[in-house]
Amino acid sequence: MREPGQDQAAAPQAGGRRGGVRPRLRRRISPLGVLGELLITAGVIVLLFLGWQQWLNDLIVGSQQHALSVQQSQTWNKAPGPTKAPQPDAPPVISAVIPNAQKFAQLIVPRFGANYYRQIAQGTGVHDVLNKGELGHYPTTQMPGALGNFAIASHRKAYGGNLEHINELHVGDHIFVETQDGWYQYEFRNLQYVRPTGVGVIDPVPEEAGVQPTDRMITLTSCNPFFSTAERIIAYGSFDTFYPRADGPPAEIAATVTGKA
Amino acid sequence: MYAALWRVLPGPWWVRTLILAVALVAVLSALVFWVFPWADQFVAPQDVTVSQ
Repeated sequence: MREPGQDQAAAPQAGGRRGGVRPRLRRRISPLGVLGELLITAGVIVLLFLGWQQWLNDLIVGSQQHALSVQQSQTWNKAPGPTKAPQPDAPPVISAVIPNAQKFAQLIVPRFGANYYRQIAQGTGVHDVLNKGELGHYPTTQMPGALGNFAIASHRKAYGGNLEHINELHVGDHIFVETQDGWYQYEFRNLQYVRPTGVGVIDPVPEEAGVQPTDRMITLTSCNPFFSTAERIIAYGSFDTFYPRADGPPAEIAATVTGKA
Repeated sequence: MYAALWRVLPGPWWVRTLILAVALVAVLSALVFWVFPWADQFVAPQDVTVSQ
């Protein structure tokens, strides 16, 4: 609406400038100057990329994961299953074979924030699972709630940074794994640092190859230190309680699960 | 290069600033939504698993 009037007002002024001062200031574009500006631009873009990869994208992926998890939980609510576990002393265990890269569980760790709600997929493929912002389940390890070890891996930083705060867990902190059946509550026990070849940490009894498990464990693995892959940081938890879906989520994570946190 | 861009833009200074601001938002959005996710695959993958 205002533009035509402004054009008229601006035109004589601009014309006057063009005839007067502007030509004296105009310089030829030097190739070296253009090269310099292109290099500065490239440097800024690389810095922006690092900021995106290490910080902004973690926020984006984190909120996407949260939304997907809330949605999945509501879908599972439509088929809640029995209120009691099939065996009195043992939680239900997924018996189906999960295809690679299929999501089948979700992780909630109150210590990592009220909005921390991430998806767990089968397999630890870099491109089909981990770099999509999901946690990956070591396919040779047991399922949630089973005797043995439910071992999962994820990035410490970038690609969602699911285990960024793994070193901040306190003994006794709750780690919840959600499946269609309900919520498995584990208690964080300890951290361990190993070489990348330290596969003993995902044994049914961690670091005790060939021993028959009597406990239900969870193992989280990520890289350590930050921005490095020199070592692995390992967090162990032991199974505590199972909350059947039909009874609703435990109070501690109710707000997270319903997306109202 | 950028000085030349400023010279070829029409209008008074605030119109040029507005055009550049819109262009900057467009470029940043394109980087964040398309270029960075695409370029990410060429960055060495960070291994987070234990394996032999």
